[in-house]
Amino acid sequence: MMNIEVKTKKSRSVYDDAVEKGFNRRDFMKFCTTMAAFMGLSASGVTAVAKALEEKSRPAVIWMHFQECTCCSESFIRSSHPMVADLLLDNISLNYTETLQAPSGHAAEKSLHETMENHFGEYILLVEGSVPTGDMASCCCIGGKTAEQILNEVAEGAAAIVAWGSCASNGCVQAAKPNPTQATPIHKVIKNKTIIKVPGCPPIGEVMAGVIVHMLTFERLPELDSTGRPKAFYSRRVHDTCYRRPNYDAGLFVETFDDPNAKKGYCLYKVGCRGPVTYNACGVTRWNDGTSFPIQSGHGCIGCSEANYWDNGPFYSHLAEFPGFGIESNADKIGLAAAGITAAGLTAHAVITNIRKRKIIKEGVAEGKYGLEPKENESQEKTE
Amino acid sequence: MAIQPALHTTQLRRVFVFSLSVRLFHWINALSIFVLAVTGYLIGNPPALLTSQEAYQGYWFGITRFIHFIFAYIFLFNFVIRIYRLFFGNRFETWRNFIPSNKGFFREIWQVVRTDFLFTRGHLVSIGHNALAGISYLFLFILMILQIITGFGIYAAMSDAVIVDLFNWVVPIFGGDAATRLWHHIFMWGFVVFTLIHIYLVFYHDYVDGRGEVSSIFGGWKFVESDTMKEQDTTDYNK
Ligand code: HEM
Ligand code: SF4
Repeated sequence: MMNIEVKTKKSRSVYDDAVEKGFNRRDFMKFCTTMAAFMGLSASGVTAVAKALEEKSRPAVIWMHFQECTCCSESFIRSSHPMVADLLLDNISLNYTETLQAPSGHAAEKSLHETMENHFGEYILLVEGSVPTGDMASCCCIGGKTAEQILNEVAEGAAAIVAWGSCASNGCVQAAKPNPTQATPIHKVIKNKTIIKVPGCPPIGEVMAGVIVHMLTFERLPELDSTGRPKAFYSRRVHDTCYRRPNYDAGLFVETFDDPNAKKGYCLYKVGCRGPVTYNACGVTRWNDGTSFPIQSGHGCIGCSEANYWDNGPFYSHLAEFPGFGIESNADKIGLAAAGITAAGLTAHAVITNIRKRKIIKEGVAEGKYGLEPKENESQEKTE
Repeated sequence: MAIQPALHTTQLRRVFVFSLSVRLFHWINALSIFVLAVTGYLIGNPPALLTSQEAYQGYWFGITRFIHFIFAYIFLFNFVIRIYRLFFGNRFETWRNFIPSNKGFFREIWQVVRTDFLFTRGHLVSIGHNALAGISYLFLFILMILQIITGFGIYAAMSDAVIVDLFNWVVPIFGGDAATRLWHHIFMWGFVVFTLIHIYLVFYHDYVDGRGEVSSIFGGWKFVESDTMKEQDTTDYNK
């Protein structure tokens, strides 16, 4: 059969391509070391990575783009080591990706279907973007099919499925209230397969590369946490690896962005930093070749790798708005109002008690003074 | 104005209502809620105490959090002991005082509403908690459970302790750390409102009924009218 023929065809390894591209052995080893380090492997892991990239044939990859802004792709091709873009993106058999592929129209569709058929059960599916569903399914159509149909089709033969970025992992901005297109993260569309979630808007390029290299090297999914994120990159909060953390513990907070203490590196907690509730590797890996990350540039973390981060605003205050009470409301304002109303009610009750229960209380007082004998009471009354 | 003789014989009988363990629970709980609410509020709204310092010069925020976590454990274990007493406590302490389990309970709620809020005459026939108070403690217990699970849920990210890891399931249910933390903050106000009402009503009953409501939580004794003791036989939902 046709697909068996293609399957057995010996294809090239990543290393073969690297040599052809003009990288030398040293560059290649540097790349393997960098990747192993990002993946949190021990020193022997470098050999495993190098060996896999040398010997194993490149996997077929389908990269789908649905409701997204392409920032994930951007982040990926700008990851620090040039070989990431050159090898993993240019040269892995990226059989279909709307943004970067050469063919278009029918040719592109043909390439997609050939890959799906010839590599059934083998290809890696990378999904960027959320999927509109229900009545709104037609909000994202490619080649006459809805994103939902396409995703269901391509997911079927995928060996592994990766949700790139917050759109695919949790819906991101288009799923924020009121979610007009019923944008849905892919794990809610494809329910019968494990989805590797790599959230972030965008995710860090090195993290994305690390996930792919892990799958190439070990031919299995990276270890995932309970919500499906690779543990190597998402097990710690930004807050846990933040270099401003000593200021947090010392209670030294930036009050406003023009505060001189902002320059001194005080903690950005009070101007809305979401580091304490955000799981990501920004504090360690940083961005743009390890140059910086938002907190280092003086802006709090907005929690872009967390589900619903658009609905947990406003970004510039610690306390989010109170659910259901709209902007300008927060838990403290509403709590204080509730306490105030309660106190007013209790005061009113106390006043009414003293009026309405006056008799009972007087009786009690009389009881104490004169005892319980009615006669005695009456005689005392007369003398009064 | 003429002073009316008492309408009913108020011969008082001393009843031992709250055992030591429940009284201890009450005060440890009150202290921990106070400390947790104050430190929690500070964690949510840290005041600008210091400026132009360097981080190595202080640790007050770390200490505030530390106190919060210590009392979180006290709060938890104290509650666990109380839960035990819900099943193995005396008849004024068991779950039947908090969960309506028969008609008498609802009748008593209505009676309390009439005397406390509609200001009709009449006297309470309950010896331990009255039924309405019982319901309010049920709400408190639920609030405590919510506060414990959200608190330990967000704490799970910072600790590998076995007890804390038992709460790993919480955050996904609330939809992320941010939402869990927000609810944890909101629930604090639940404790504030409960405490206001609770303290007021206890003083109210102490004042209006004169049966030693306040002192019962210190010494364990209440003073109950003898005829109430008889009536109690017919209305005691707690038997
Ligand atoms: C009466 C009980 C409690 C009250 C009133 C309370 C109140 C609060 C408040 C208001 C906050 C600030 C939330 C924010 O705005 O970020 C907070 C934080 C926190 N609470 Fe509680 N809390 C209580 C019990 C607990 C318990 C039982 C735990 C269990 C470990 C806990 C763990 C935490 C944690 C981990 C934080 C976040 C601290 C940080 O990240 O620095 N709390 N609490
Ligand atoms: S700046 Fe943000 S992440 Fe860093 S210590 Fe402060 S709150 Fe945590």
